[in-house]
Amino acid sequence: MNQFPGVIGRKIGMTQLFLEDGSVVPCTVVESNVIVVGKRTQEKDGYDAVILGSGERKEKHTSKALAGAFKKAGVEPRRTLRELRCQADFAASVEVGAALKVDQLFEAGQFVDVQGTTKGRGFTGVMRRHHFAGNVRTHGTHEYRRHGGSIGTNMTPGRVKKGMKMPGQHGNKTRSVLNQKIVKVVPEQNLILIHGGIPGARNGLVFVRGAVKRHGGKAS
Amino acid sequence: MASATLSIIQALESAQLRKDLPEFRVGDTVAVHYKIVEGDKLRVQVFKGVVIKRHRAGLQSTFTVRKVSFNIGVERMFLQNSPRIEKLEVVSRGVVRRGRLYYLRDLTGKAARIQDEKDR
Repeated sequence: MNQFPGVIGRKIGMTQLFLEDGSVVPCTVVESNVIVVGKRTQEKDGYDAVILGSGERKEKHTSKALAGAFKKAGVEPRRTLRELRCQADFAASVEVGAALKVDQLFEAGQFVDVQGTTKGRGFTGVMRRHHFAGNVRTHGTHEYRRHGGSIGTNMTPGRVKKGMKMPGQHGNKTRSVLNQKIVKVVPEQNLILIHGGIPGARNGLVFVRGAVKRHGGKAS
Repeated sequence: MASATLSIIQALESAQLRKDLPEFRVGDTVAVHYKIVEGDKLRVQVFKGVVIKRHRAGLQSTFTVRKVSFNIGVERMFLQNSPRIEKLEVVSRGVVRRGRLYYLRDLTGKAARIQDEKDR
């Protein structure tokens, strides 16, 4: 399980950055504004985690139960809450109510994993969804140009195989990209510039944390 | 929300814009002093020719310079805001009636000349 520290962020959009040697890197800008709303501890809950909150939540959208939890933590109500499983020493190093700055957690050159919700494309046919080739346009093809073709055999096995690629909902799924490099961290505006693309539309919610396959992704 | 998003990107990009280059237009003859890394040595190469295209797109702006070298036309595209451009000199100002001078590719010799602004 990924136990490396991370943040909740908002995807701002893409731009490019000139490095010192003149090479150009495409990068995605992520803005992060998180505070620690609570903690889970080994003794009480059986595991260690910090609860992060981000964004503004209006009072009328806050249930009394939630409002009580926020009041106990001594923070303004937050729109997005997310538990972040972490090591005990990281949980001990942050305080409830404190803001998590991006430069505390990330550094340029570090590898991160980014989770987000991909752009929804609705109910989509097989050509667009699975890149099927479709059928020939001419030679008398009648109402069968964008179809998927056969989906299996007849008596044996007498059913459609599981996982058969067919039309359906495309996009609007939680997806992660792993091992993306951080190009730059701007602590004044709480921005992270990540090399390459990340899932989701602009203003979409993303989660950035140390790369699980690279031991947190830091150079040392 | 959307405008705030845009302004963050704009701020990041405007900080990288190069404002030290002189103004130049399509049709001008320019000399681009371009830094090239060869192995571990850095040297400056000068590429001199006619600007045949300017792609104005903020930070991503580019321009294309064409020259004829040993009877072979050479075109090179430069990123306008690249730190690899050490210096840009405008050698002469040309008078042209097009924004993109692709017609120069089909012309050679005397026909491929561009009228100088001073000779008007």
